[in-house]
Amino acid sequence: MSDKILYGYTGIFDTPDEIILAANKVAEDGYKKFDVNTPYPVHGMDNAMKLPVSKLGYAALIFGLTGTISAVTLMYFLSVFDYPIVIGGKPFFAFPAFVPIIFEVTVLAASIATVVTMIALFFKFPNISHPLHDTEYMKKVSSNKYGILLQADDLKFTEESAKELLAKLGAKDITAIYYDQAEISTEHKIFEPKFISLLIIIAVVVSGSTYFALNKLMFMVPFNWMMEQSKIIPQDNNSFFSDGKAMRTPIEGTVARGNMPYQFKGDPESAGKYLKNTLLPTEKNLDLGKKKYDIYCSPCHGYYGEGDSRLRGQFPNPPSLHSEKVRTWTDGRLYHVITEGQNIMPSYASQMTRKERWATILYLRVLQRSLNAKESDLE
Amino acid sequence: MSSNQTNIDYSKKDLPGILTKLGFALFGVGLVIVISAFFIDHTRAAFNNLILLLFLTSIGLGSLFFVALEYLAGAVWSTPFRRVLEFFAATLVILPIVALPLLFNMHDLFHWTHNEVVQSDTLLKSKSGYLNVSFFIIRMIAFFVIWLTFYFVITRNSKKQDISGDQSLTSKNIKISAVFMPFFALTVTFSAIDWIMSLEPHWFSTILGVYYFSGTVLAALAAATLAIVLLVEKGYFVKGMVRDHYYSLGALLFAFVNFWAYIAFSQYLLIWYANLPEETFWFLHRWEGNWMFVSIGLIIVHFIVPYFGLLSQPSKMDPKRLKFMSVWILFAHFYDLYWLVMPTYGKGYAVFGWIELGFPILAVGLLILIFTFKSKNQNLIPIGDPKLKRGLNFRL
Ligand code: HEC
Repeated sequence: MSDKILYGYTGIFDTPDEIILAANKVAEDGYKKFDVNTPYPVHGMDNAMKLPVSKLGYAALIFGLTGTISAVTLMYFLSVFDYPIVIGGKPFFAFPAFVPIIFEVTVLAASIATVVTMIALFFKFPNISHPLHDTEYMKKVSSNKYGILLQADDLKFTEESAKELLAKLGAKDITAIYYDQAEISTEHKIFEPKFISLLIIIAVVVSGSTYFALNKLMFMVPFNWMMEQSKIIPQDNNSFFSDGKAMRTPIEGTVARGNMPYQFKGDPESAGKYLKNTLLPTEKNLDLGKKKYDIYCSPCHGYYGEGDSRLRGQFPNPPSLHSEKVRTWTDGRLYHVITEGQNIMPSYASQMTRKERWATILYLRVLQRSLNAKESDLE
Repeated sequence: MSSNQTNIDYSKKDLPGILTKLGFALFGVGLVIVISAFFIDHTRAAFNNLILLLFLTSIGLGSLFFVALEYLAGAVWSTPFRRVLEFFAATLVILPIVALPLLFNMHDLFHWTHNEVVQSDTLLKSKSGYLNVSFFIIRMIAFFVIWLTFYFVITRNSKKQDISGDQSLTSKNIKISAVFMPFFALTVTFSAIDWIMSLEPHWFSTILGVYYFSGTVLAALAAATLAIVLLVEKGYFVKGMVRDHYYSLGALLFAFVNFWAYIAFSQYLLIWYANLPEETFWFLHRWEGNWMFVSIGLIIVHFIVPYFGLLSQPSKMDPKRLKFMSVWILFAHFYDLYWLVMPTYGKGYAVFGWIELGFPILAVGLLILIFTFKSKNQNLIPIGDPKLKRGLNFRL
């Protein structure tokens, strides 16, 4: 044993109460470098050992705030500068929507960084050896005993006094712990080539198999059965028909049910002349018109057709619908604008049925009338 | 730690007479103000009465919740001061009296009690299966019956144990508490719907029940913490309360401050995001006129101040800080209820005057009186409880 260095003296106790008392006595005796090993956290130990308040909280605070700040900056940068899009009419810097993310990032940064700090600073990672490893003492205190260790590098420590103190406290199995100089050598096991190559192999295997599973395996029989079904998909080829296409063209001279070809493509003048509104301005039709107008037209034209768009300058503001020109247009002419669009205004033919388009026009007339009422309206 | 280390060092002392006098004085002043308020402006008084009812419910029901929670969770750290919470739970007994004036002012408080309005309003008409006067009163009675039943059964068992020390009473109370919990969850939710949400019958928020619950728990906890710290300081309590107990109380307060903020923000976020007119108007009312300042104040009073006040570890065990923060949180809860209820009374303009001041005075007086009254013929600690010693030896 002579070539080994003394690490400290250990003693074993049977109950948590004894260990609390012992820890308290040792601390009162003036020992600074001693430790208690128990199979589970014993309540009241911090107090008994007279430990100062842990500094770990500051690490949590600093990293938590770092998380907060990075979350705010990141989202500010993304949604205000890099890629601004209007979502649900909210401002680009939509603070309430960011709060959950700020909260999560704060908690994540604080908790991960706290654990890493604890391992790196307090457990002195990457050092993974400790003189207590592989001792009888450690086996006992990690199953059902409570142990105390007086370290030899404490100023008060002498072999006799340590043994005496432990005996006085009623400790059992008082033993000295020695360790090899080699054990605390700075060459850490985790930097050995063997371990590093193991890590590299694991990394390659894990990422390789993930890649294989997601990019290859999914396209193999039988995993692709769901993707490749024997049904006809638009734009696909299909051997059933002689022309090899899955999609059929309509038979010459027929139209599909409910499909009404628009006769006045690119011909607003004729549309204005020949198309007649099919609906009467009944309450029901006007209700429908208002509903559709508010949904489809108001975002650009404003609720009252004055061109006060709600798109915050994301789209050029349209002209007022109360102009002399639009007021004197026939219903058919307006129908043409909705159906075909006009310059940058897109077509609404696919969103609105014919009936809805006519109803919207009726409502538009009501809006126009409201700003340009006739004398007779007052009667 | 072993049970033979500490002996229970408690002998019952009567609370000082000055406390009863103080209680009577506050109660008297409050009562005079309240009664004159009803004569001068009965609508405004009714709204304040509703706040008072909600506040006292918070204290009473929240305390009972903690008592039940302690049994159910098998908690030992809080056993030494469970009695304090039981005393506060006695507030439940006076709730029916506090609720009585409301029944005579239903028309002023609740829009949906007006038949002609309901008939011409599709939404209210379809809600009228739930929101009608008779069902409302039935529900209110049901709440009181449920709360009082559980209150009497649980506290009677606890009191019996003082004399007999019978352990089976504890297991009995555990079972009763288990039954109480689902009832508690439902009644606290429905009372929030009835007494807060139905003030704006068009509005709905599925989280409001939890919101009120968070305030309830916070208020009860603050009242108990204040009472415990004061009792210990003045030497009326059992010896052996250490900073570990204080720390647990402080940590719980801190946790529920955060819980409240979490819930309050969740409610706001979803409504803000969905931006549906039938939900947003509720917040818009709280942003009109000087309500804006009240709303901003709520965040500061109910979250920011207690959050930073209780953030650090030492502050959670400092008796001085705990006393201050519990008073503050009780105030914050009143503030919260004011913010919940009063915008319906004063749309666009927040009023605060002697009427609003009188009701809290009455509440404080009542709570002091209830506490002193209950403590007259009962021990301040559950001396027969098998968990008591372990509770006193509780260390973090
Ligand atoms: C995406 C925004 C947008 C929407 C939605 C929209 N419009 Fe337009 N609209 C415009 C713009 C921009 C113009 C002007 C086009 C131009 O430069 O001629 C316009 C022009 C018009 C005009 C012709 C006005 C004129 O003076 O030439 C009419 C009529 C009209 N829109 C009706 C409608 C109706 C009805 C709807 C609802 C179905 C609708 N718009 C929906 C953007 C929109």
